[in-house]
Amino acid sequence: MTARRLVVNAIARVEGEGALRLHVEDGRVAAAELNIYEPPRFFEALLRGRAWTEPPDITSRICGICPVAYQTSACNALEAACGAVLDGPLADLRRLVYCGEWISSHALHIHLLHAPDFLGFPDGITMAGRYREAVERGLALKKTGNALMELLGGRAIHPVNVRVGGFYSVPDRAALAPMRERLLGALDQARAVVRWVSGFDFPDFESGHDLLSAADPGRYPIDRGSVVTSTGKAFPAAEFPDHVIERQVPHSTALHASLDGRRYLTGPLARYSLNSALLGPVAREAAAEAGLGPECRNPFRSIVVRAVEVVYAVEEALRLIDGYEPPDRPAVEITPRAGTGHGVSEAPRGLLYHRYTLDEAGLVTEATIVPPTSQNQAAIEDDLCRLAGARLGLGDDELALFCERVIRNHDPCISCATHFLDLTVVRR
Amino acid sequence: MSLPTLAVWKFASCDGCQLTLLDCEDELLTLAGRVRIASFTEASSEVLPGPYDVSLVEGSITTPADEQRIRQVREQSRVVVTIGACATSGGIQALRNFGDVAEFAASVYASPEYLSTLDTSTPISAHVPVDFELRGCPIDRGQLLETLGAFLAGRKPDLPDSSVCTECKRRGLTCVMVADGTPCLGPVTHAGCGALCPACRRGCFGCFGPVTAPNTAALLPILRTCGMTEDAVGRVFSTFNAAAPDFAAVAEGRRR
Repeated sequence: MTARRLVVNAIARVEGEGALRLHVEDGRVAAAELNIYEPPRFFEALLRGRAWTEPPDITSRICGICPVAYQTSACNALEAACGAVLDGPLADLRRLVYCGEWISSHALHIHLLHAPDFLGFPDGITMAGRYREAVERGLALKKTGNALMELLGGRAIHPVNVRVGGFYSVPDRAALAPMRERLLGALDQARAVVRWVSGFDFPDFESGHDLLSAADPGRYPIDRGSVVTSTGKAFPAAEFPDHVIERQVPHSTALHASLDGRRYLTGPLARYSLNSALLGPVAREAAAEAGLGPECRNPFRSIVVRAVEVVYAVEEALRLIDGYEPPDRPAVEITPRAGTGHGVSEAPRGLLYHRYTLDEAGLVTEATIVPPTSQNQAAIEDDLCRLAGARLGLGDDELALFCERVIRNHDPCISCATHFLDLTVVRR
Repeated sequence: MSLPTLAVWKFASCDGCQLTLLDCEDELLTLAGRVRIASFTEASSEVLPGPYDVSLVEGSITTPADEQRIRQVREQSRVVVTIGACATSGGIQALRNFGDVAEFAASVYASPEYLSTLDTSTPISAHVPVDFELRGCPIDRGQLLETLGAFLAGRKPDLPDSSVCTECKRRGLTCVMVADGTPCLGPVTHAGCGALCPACRRGCFGCFGPVTAPNTAALLPILRTCGMTEDAVGRVFSTFNAAAPDFAAVAEGRRR
């Protein structure tokens, strides 16, 4: 067996970041090992002994790109543990702040991380030299998403106004009026983004992963729900651990998850393919114009699905604002009690599951978090096996860049999404 | 004249502080014209070799490899600015400093032997000299732009070393502690956020870390009057800046 180490970049190479190892046998890729190297931070351990009020703030620090997802899944799980249900305007506000995160996170990924792959640039800033208008439009959309999070959450990264049971304070109708105007402009921008990205050149490829997403009766899943799969399963969040098993692999600090023993995919492709009929009319029209059918299984086209989801998030935010009447109090009363609660929501990059067990005093005795990246790791490795296998004739640099693209299709947490410094090809 | 170079480095963190740079939507393309973004792996595949004029460092040191890597970053950088609570005080992951890391690892991972991790999470300044520290979990966008502008102009950043209370008063907010009896760390917390939490009628929870010489002894009886138990006091001083000495001193003995 010979191992060849390919240097992707000339800069002093560092431990950390991520790495990819391809095992090639008889000219075929037998295995791909994606090492997502994030130094372990032990969130599930350090949540033990914390009060029931704390996980939304603490777990948002797992990811600065999707803090609202962490806060929302934590709130859903803790409210379930305490027997509380959010409805009416409080539930609408929770969905509204989440729309802001979808707009911001998707606009970031589309314009600064993913589009440069299709147009041949190392980054969005360089790409702006040639596509200034498109990048500025993307940044404007991202800013609108952030403004929505700031309006309702107090801050775009790690919002401060979210709590178990609702919020610390809620806006009146007048406070939302300027945001409505802004979102109307964003709707046009978002539709233009769909048209722009749908004209990119997409490699012809279909993945065969099982799909998993949240399901929310009558509407596209964002902030809550049960779970559905492409294999015909439907179950409440509380049964997630019966179907999804995480195991540790030596090559990564991210755990690997499987669904009923098989690899699966969560995220935009899964969400869209399982729920496209539930998009709003403007998003449905944009999807049709972009040539998307009811399902999409080409990971390269995930950029189109994300763009359609931005249209939906803007459309949905407008609907929620138009129907908004301030609640009579900013949060429902919660009485902590001993028990276990499960909660899911759809982070921009896929379903995020939280589980907490509380004691009689309302302190956390056990916490479990299953993020999208660990759920998608096996699917990403399968895409790499199939796609890289067909391109082993490429030069080292080209092959490495192509593998990065395959990973970026799935928008795993940003730190590993953009860049991995090492590609090792083991040939025998 | 060649443009000054900017590098962004990540250690143990959530990426939120460096995302703040990308959240400068209105300034990003202008900034990219004033500096050469030479290394920012979260945003670009292109990495230029050092040395770098300004390095922004996010995250804390939690692995043996990162202990070495931060030294390399320092050697290649004229100015090192740490961004955020992780880089400046060790972050939420510094709670491990008061616990048993082996037990933490065993409770999260089936095979903790695969991990490479230190017993502590420490700020960048515990390892190399740091030229400026930017507070916050996450940092404030305006403070980041002021800091970058200052170092590019060769002056010191003009950022106040005062408490959140001063920003709260300047905004004309009603004190949540006096008016509502809501516990608030504003009097002992470093300014910079613009009093975000009191503006939401929530007490400050100290995410910008301690102000210089905080009078925590005077605050503690008020927190108790607001209904906080000793355990709760221990917890609120044990979050995103748990290892900052002034906060750790309060939590010491109250931590379960």
